[in-house]
Amino acid sequence: MRQTLDYLRETASQTAGPYVHIGLAPGAAGFDIYREELGRDIAGPNARGQRIRVEGLVIDGMGSPVKDVLIEVWQANADGIYPTPDGGAVEDGFRGWGRVITDFETGEWSFETVKPGAVAGRHPTVSSVARRVRDTHPDWMGRTDEAAARMAPHLNFWLVARGINIGLNTRMYFPDEAEANAADPVLNLIEWEKRRATLIATRGEDKAGLPVYRFEIRLQGDDETVFFDI
Amino acid sequence: MTPAEFYQRDRRLQPPALTPDYKTSVARSPRLSLISLENTASEITGPTFGHGDIDPIDNDLIKNHARTGDPIGERIIVHGRVLDENARPVPNTLVEIWQANAGGRYRHKKDSYLAPIDPNFGGCGRTLTDGTGYYFFRTVKPGAYPWRNWINNWRPAHIHVSVFGTAFCQRLITQLYFEGDPLIAQCPIVHTIPDPDAIQQLIARLDMNASVPLDCLAYKFDIVLRGRRSTLFENRLEGN
Ligand SMILES: [Fe+3]
Repeated sequence: MRQTLDYLRETASQTAGPYVHIGLAPGAAGFDIYREELGRDIAGPNARGQRIRVEGLVIDGMGSPVKDVLIEVWQANADGIYPTPDGGAVEDGFRGWGRVITDFETGEWSFETVKPGAVAGRHPTVSSVARRVRDTHPDWMGRTDEAAARMAPHLNFWLVARGINIGLNTRMYFPDEAEANAADPVLNLIEWEKRRATLIATRGEDKAGLPVYRFEIRLQGDDETVFFDI
Repeated sequence: MTPAEFYQRDRRLQPPALTPDYKTSVARSPRLSLISLENTASEITGPTFGHGDIDPIDNDLIKNHARTGDPIGERIIVHGRVLDENARPVPNTLVEIWQANAGGRYRHKKDSYLAPIDPNFGGCGRTLTDGTGYYFFRTVKPGAYPWRNWINNWRPAHIHVSVFGTAFCQRLITQLYFEGDPLIAQCPIVHTIPDPDAIQQLIARLDMNASVPLDCLAYKFDIVLRGRRSTLFENRLEGN
């Protein structure tokens, strides 16, 4: 008998197409159908921390703004905690998730939220066998377990649009977190410092003094934004 | 306890970014390699939705935009399960769909195809899977429509499907096609997927057992999201 593995295979992705708004943001497609559209309020009214605005453009390989992109945002709260299904750990009403579409004429997008905190980083995966070998090795004995490096505050982005066959994952980091960014294990995974810079927003302020972070996402060309295979 | 990590995405089953036969991808595809990132808390967590977020009528496209009567078209049920690569059901996850009407026209201010808007058809729906990962929608079968790519490209009848899962790294948008449609074989968007079996997995099968006699046909469409590694137990040596 030939041995087989009984895993299923992930469903293949297809482009969201030009009419993604009908399904995910019908108001923008030009009609009103749901009691409430999802993803309009990321942080909710009770969120702690600094209120901010984030804005930018997605730019294609010809240097033109992509006017039909849809972005989803996923972020931790100001304490660096992600909402979990059972809730409780984050403020009531903090969703951590938002859905953002561009202006059809200009391609500009923006949303308001709170600035996330630093997030606990990845614990190195060590199988129990490897752990046993390691813990009894003379070089290791007496040392404490590795602490997970914290990840600098960041927003996780997922982009879909016509012409994008599978959603693109990237992260936005904050320019006023230079020290945390320098120690961030994900930024440091990127070999080229010039490319790390593509993930760091610029900071301004609006008339009311609200911090405004601007983040251009370049799909290709010079300064192509770093996208992740997560 | 932090949720477990996920199996690596099998990129051989997934469409690459650059697929010149689908022309729009050329200027919108990253040219540099993706940076592979081992799962962190940012990827293995994700948004959750509840019954307070949606209404029961949201999964009935025959009724959720009805004005003067039912929409024109072939009445169908689309149903199936959301599973992960371990064949485990994904319960309580949000599934959203959108589609053209029976004439192939979208209710979208950017769609100008000459087929008419159906006043009784919106073209979108959403639902949560139940405890066994099961979902269903009632709708009308969408029509094929032409699109600008080559001079004479037509999309096969399709429904766009968006699914969340439990983690941001499981997020997926795909398209459902219908068994027997000759346009599937000709479509440059379908063929952005390099693996023939992966294409077959996007073709919903006619499901006579789930149809309603004298009312509507049914199509079955299961969706598979990335699977989680199992939790590392001390008594299981490789923890996976
Ligand atoms: Fe379509």
